[in-house]
Amino acid sequence: MLHIKCPHCGIRSQNEFSYGGDATVKRPELNKEVTDQEWDNFVYNRVSPRGKHLELWQHLSGCRQWIKVERDTATHEIFKTYKANEEVA
Amino acid sequence: MQKYSIFSLVKNALTGHQNWDLAWKDPNPKEEYDVVIIGGGGHGLATAYYLAKEHQITKVAIIEKGWIGGGNVGRNTTIIRSNYMHDENGLFSEFGMDLWRKMSQDLNYNVMFSPRGIINLAHSDAQMNAYARRGNSMRLNGIDAVLLSREEVKEIIPMADFSDNVRFPIFGGLMQPSAGTARHDAVAWGYARQADSMGVDIIQNCEVTGFDVSAGKIKGIRTSRGNIKAKKVGLCVAGSTNILAEKLNMTLPIETHLLQACVSEPVKPVLDKVVTFGAGHFYISQSDKGEMVMGGDLDGYNSYAQRGNLPTLQHVLTEGIAMMPFLSKLKMLRTWGGIMDMSMDGSPIIDKTHIDGLYLNCGWCYGGFKATPASGWTFAHTIAQDRVHELNAGYSLNRFSTGHIIDEKGLGTKTWIS
Repeated sequence: MLHIKCPHCGIRSQNEFSYGGDATVKRPELNKEVTDQEWDNFVYNRVSPRGKHLELWQHLSGCRQWIKVERDTATHEIFKTYKANEEVA
Repeated sequence: MQKYSIFSLVKNALTGHQNWDLAWKDPNPKEEYDVVIIGGGGHGLATAYYLAKEHQITKVAIIEKGWIGGGNVGRNTTIIRSNYMHDENGLFSEFGMDLWRKMSQDLNYNVMFSPRGIINLAHSDAQMNAYARRGNSMRLNGIDAVLLSREEVKEIIPMADFSDNVRFPIFGGLMQPSAGTARHDAVAWGYARQADSMGVDIIQNCEVTGFDVSAGKIKGIRTSRGNIKAKKVGLCVAGSTNILAEKLNMTLPIETHLLQACVSEPVKPVLDKVVTFGAGHFYISQSDKGEMVMGGDLDGYNSYAQRGNLPTLQHVLTEGIAMMPFLSKLKMLRTWGGIMDMSMDGSPIIDKTHIDGLYLNCGWCYGGFKATPASGWTFAHTIAQDRVHELNAGYSLNRFSTGHIIDEKGLGTKTWIS
């Protein structure tokens, strides 16, 4: 069981959260020409590192806020959590 | 190579089983190979075997970080099937079914292929309609499919819950009678033994640390046991695909996730089919030893841990007990996990890459084991001929950017959407 510290509610069990994937993916800016390759990278291509991974989770059965979690994908250690709009140090 | 037969068994029994040959050698890496296959799992071993057998390319090495058969080929739930709707998946898997039927003779190794049939349960009228459509598509591709009514399902698996007050009543099901199971370890060992006998070097405990690429062409690999030159390199590393892709500066439509499986204590024969729950993600069969073999959902977040987390196991087994209530009486014997190369459309990739001489085999999601022979056969063809075979033409790497995704069930990495 993962224990995730929601920046709004405190430490809660994994069962209250839903996973949202890689948080470093950026949607292409729409005010310029976007190539197929840029869309491809945004929609499909992922680094999926072994080790530190910044990812989105939603506190679905809690405050319902989206948050960012920095977690190790091999050990499941959670280093730090952030509010969705917080800058990641 | 020593042939396995009743006569060799009797002969060796008389000498106390002291004189059996090693099934495969343990060579040191040579300086150069025509083809290097990275990954000594089922797919890598099968690829090497078909390179030697179908294409007479025997200057081949298989490079394995751990030991052969220690990854997903030894961790799966051994199900073999071709019950797909889309042509790409159906024709590819049915080609594999033919190889499965001949495998024990072909490899001179008993892989215990058991075509006992698979039943996908339906729990609504809409699901019955969808299964009728899938069954018709399968039959058009020459794959056997039978649509079963509720009564027919009850006849075959009476231990499932057919009472009136269940949340997901069984409306019927779709059966592929020719589907089944096989002994997963034997598949790895059988391919390894034959590949070795035709001159393939199986190099274990050898980790790939980098690649030598110059002018857009692969020149060799760097490993923990030295550099190896190679004309062609095939990646066959399932859940480790992204780790190697990063060393090649490639970003792929793959995420690595953890999938768990478990077995109960062994019980007397009760279930002679593979059965899948249609209202969630749970499947079950009974092994020859009597254990109930079960599996289900991904843990749900990127993972390289090779070990599972209990919330998912609880969720999966809740579905199992809803489908077959007697499971609640059984004790759990073992649980384990493997790391899956989850592609974004749920279908695999067997293709060339932008690097000349580098070939990619990945994205097997939940269905890697049953694809072992067809994957090896088509990947060997792709490497030897430097072009894809029509069977794996649909499994291209660029299908995501061109919009030709093969969306069999809408299951990719994002299982929470389905």
